Parts: sequence; C-alpha cells; structure tokens
Amino acid sequence: MVLLAYSLSPLSLLRAMPGACAQGLIWGIMALGVYITFRILDFADLTVDGSLATGGAVAVMLIRSGVNPAVALLVAFAAGMAAGFITGMLHTALGIPGILSSILTQISLYSINLNIMGKSNQAINVDQYRLVVSLRYISGDAVTKFKFYGGVVLGCIILIAILYCYFGTEQGSAIRATGCNKSMAKAQGINTNFHTVLALMISNGLVGLCGGLYAQYQGSADVNMGRGAIVIGLAAVIIGEVIFGKLCAGKHFTFAYNMISVVLGAVIYYIVISFVLWLKMPSDDMKLFSAIVVAIFLSIPYLKGKYGKKGAAK
Amino acid sequence: MAYALELKDIHKTFNKGTINEKVALNGLELKLNEGDFVTIIGGNGAGKSTMLNAIAGVWSIDAGSIIIGGKDVTSLPEHKRAKFLGRVFQDPMTGTAATMSIDENMAIAARRGKSRTLKWGVTKAEKEQYKNQLKKLDLGLEERLTTKVGLLSGGQRQAVTLLMASLEKPDLLLLDEHTAALDPKTAAKVLALSDKIIEENNLTALMVTHNMKDAIAHGNRLIMMHEGRIIYDVAGEDKKKLKVSDLLAKFEEVSGGEFANDRMMLS
Repeated sequence: MVLLAYSLSPLSLLRAMPGACAQGLIWGIMALGVYITFRILDFADLTVDGSLATGGAVAVMLIRSGVNPAVALLVAFAAGMAAGFITGMLHTALGIPGILSSILTQISLYSINLNIMGKSNQAINVDQYRLVVSLRYISGDAVTKFKFYGGVVLGCIILIAILYCYFGTEQGSAIRATGCNKSMAKAQGINTNFHTVLALMISNGLVGLCGGLYAQYQGSADVNMGRGAIVIGLAAVIIGEVIFGKLCAGKHFTFAYNMISVVLGAVIYYIVISFVLWLKMPSDDMKLFSAIVVAIFLSIPYLKGKYGKKGAAK
Repeated sequence: MAYALELKDIHKTFNKGTINEKVALNGLELKLNEGDFVTIIGGNGAGKSTMLNAIAGVWSIDAGSIIIGGKDVTSLPEHKRAKFLGRVFQDPMTGTAATMSIDENMAIAARRGKSRTLKWGVTKAEKEQYKNQLKKLDLGLEERLTTKVGLLSGGQRQAVTLLMASLEKPDLLLLDEHTAALDPKTAAKVLALSDKIIEENNLTALMVTHNMKDAIAHGNRLIMMHEGRIIYDVAGEDKKKLKVSDLLAKFEEVSGGEFANDRMMLS
C-alpha cells in the first residue's frame, strides 16, 4: 500500500496533462465528425474506426514519400471523404441499413489500409520531417510548446467556424432538415439521399484529418489505430453535452457552442483517461472502461426521462 | 388549357403477392381545373391518403400516369415533384423540422424546387418578410422567429406548415387530414386559415377530411372515394345544396350499408 501511495505522485499526473490535452484536441476533430453524423444526421456511422486509420495511413505514406505534412493532411481529409462516400452510397443507392453500410465500409477499410501501408505499421521520424503536430513538441522549449498548442487550438477554432458557417448555408440547412425529418425534407424538395452522402463525406473527412494529425502526433500510423474510435467520439459528444449542454441552450450561436463543447468533451475524456491510468488501472482495460463511461452517459437522458418526472413533480 | 392535375387510370397494390396484399388504388381517374378546391371523403382504406401520396411520389405507382399542370411527373422522385406541390400532413410533427427554428423552416420551404447552394440559409431580408407573414397568422409567432418549431403546439405547427406550403406558390396544395390531430377549436382555426391561404393565392387544392360537414362547407367540389376509385363527384351549385344526410345515403347506396363506419357517423 505504501508503495502504491508513493507511486501515485501528483506530479506525474500533472506531467500527463499536456499530453492529454493535446490528444483531446486532436481527437476533438474526430468527435466533430461523429457529432455531424450522430447528432445532426441522426446516423450511427461506424465507418470512423476505418476512416481514422485510413487518414493516418495516407498521411504517413505521403510524408514518407516526401510530401509536405500539411498537404498530406488535406489528402487524409479527402481519403476520409471517400470512405464516407462509400458508406453513403451503400446506404442510399443500394438500400443497405445505415449502421450495416458503415460496418461494411469499416471492415473493407482494414484491408485497404493494409494495402496503403504495405504492412500493419509505418513510422515517421519527427527529426526527418517537419510534422504539423508531434508528441515531441510538448516536451520542447517554450516557443515550440506555444506554437504547438496555439496551432492546435486555432485549428480547432477555425474548423468550428467553418462548420458553423457551412451548416448555416442552404446546403447545410438541407443536411440538418434531412437529419431531423426526412418526410419534411423531401416534401420541401430536398434530395435526402444526396445530403445524407454529403454529410457522411464531411464527417469522415474530419475523421480522416484527425487520423492524419494523430499519426503525425504519435509518429506512426497503425492499422489498428482507429479501433474503438467511434466510442471515443461518442464519449466526447456526450460528455460535452452533459457537462456544457445547459450552458449552450437557447443562446445565439448555440450550434457553435455545441461544437466547442464536443471538442472540450474530447479533452475531458483524455484527462479522465490519464487520471485513470495514473490510478494504475491496466491499460488493457481502457476500452472496457471507455465503453462503460459511454454507456453511462448515453443512458442518463433516458433514465432521467423515465424516473426524473417524480423528482420534478415534488 | 391543360388541367391543373390529371390522374389517369392509376393502380397501386401494397404487399403484392403476400397475405397482406391490399389494392389501394384501382383505376383512379381525376381531372382538376385551375383553382379547384376539392374536398375528399371516404371510409377508412378508401384510398384518400393513398391518392395524395401517389401524387406526391412517396412511392411509385404500379400503372397509370400523373400529370401536374401539363407535365408528366409519374417517373419523378418525391423531392423533384416537390417543386409543384405544397403539402400539409395529418401529423403536425411531419411537416416541419422540430430541431430547427421557425425562420429556418420557412427558408427551407421558400427554396422548394431550387438547388441548395452555399448561400446563407436565411437572409436578413427574408427574416423581415417571414415576420410579416407570421403576423397574418395572428398567433404571436412573429416574435418567436428563432424559436425551435419543436416547442410549438400542434395547431401552431400546422399553421406554420400551411404558410410554408404557400411561400413558394405551388401548382397544387395537398392537405391530408391536416386538422384531424387537432382539438375542434384549433381545427376550425386551421381550416379557416387554409381557406384564406387558398383564396388569397388562388391555389388549386385537394383536401382529405373525415368530417363531412367540413367537406361540404369548404371548397367548390367534393369527391367521394371507395375501394381505390372515385364514386361520387359533385361541384358548384349542386355541392352547395348537399347535406350530410345526402352523403350518408350515397355511402349506403354504393356500399350496401357497411360503408358508413362509426367514425363518419360521429363527424
């Protein structure tokens, strides 16, 4: 016991925080993608487990062959969009149920990702390439640190601003209407199939972008890097909603606040994870832990609705 | 001059070849003149709503053709036919997007039949315009432009849906029992509003109703459906003279009595 207490040094927890925040911000981009499908489009899209690794694989292979790491991110975004397109077509053109279409794409991407990389894992060395983000920058000097965090935060803000504007356009509104009420959308002349595919492409584009960033961050792409990504994305969306939901409701720019809380949800998720790891929970159990956290948060609204009325009536 | 709507020998069978097979439309024929406001009555399963859904293109028909304003739309998908149609549904939830605000819903309706571009979804000028139009509803909604439609009552939602249907003047307005889910007072209000919107915009309209009094009181023409086709069609002066008892007699005549079900007797 003494040994355990000794090893639970607050300092080591503190040391883990910068990494947790960085990871959270990067995964926050993926969580934004999950937010688009899960909340706006009302589509449980499991493509992300595959398209995240695709983004990583594409980015790493391009960087290894001498492409600028920033450009590689754009291609990772495009690769993610392609994955979303396949899921969308399986669903809309071939009539396969949404969740099943996404599973089919996810499984096929496993082979595709192996083909992209030639093997299950490919590394990039931060000393060799000018990577956009890297684990190494966290332990660098103050300027490097500032550049790194500033860049990631600014990147997230710009992405949220773009998404905010986009979902305010005619096309973005059409996607929201499609997700909210297909009958209404069709009656108003909205091509719901087209807008479903479009939303899946944008969502998976963001996921691919996150994959590209994360591969650069950890210095490698792995065919399994996306396993369970959907759970992390959902966790971020739900943690964000539960913690910040009340603050966001009914104000101007609600939608922007929602997206910010999704990204913050991802950061909180990683802080919790590093806290749990600091408590010496075996890392093998992390996925089980994540799933339980998501299950609890997903069930809160339902249980509130079922049992909360008694509390409200008093 | 082309008819506002022409339905030619339309057939539709649901669940063909199964034990649940149901002939819903059986050689349906209908011609509407420009400006006709037709009320549709008939028993459960007579094909009233099915006819409106066939016109709207919710599914494709087995045989026949649908011509709106001289244009054959039989092979067009639902979202492409929307250009010609304004629709209000029985369920107040169906006609609007609950998670979007009133002005966003209206802006989506104002772009019916147009492609969705990267321009702003709702412009400032539109907001002003919508405010004025909402004022006419006299429900105080003009002050709640950015309220989510999901927070409105059923009657308010139907009123907004009616307004949305007329923002971009449709060639044909389809009202599918749009007051059936409302309380009597609200239903009367929404009906009066429907009359007003149809008259002001000089719309051609089809209105399905279960209420025979309403069917007689509204519109210039009344049709009765039975087993997927029209069995009675009355317009102008003859329609004005109609009484509920006449319609009941007609029901019994065509169906040997079993036709006038409880729901119609009560209404």
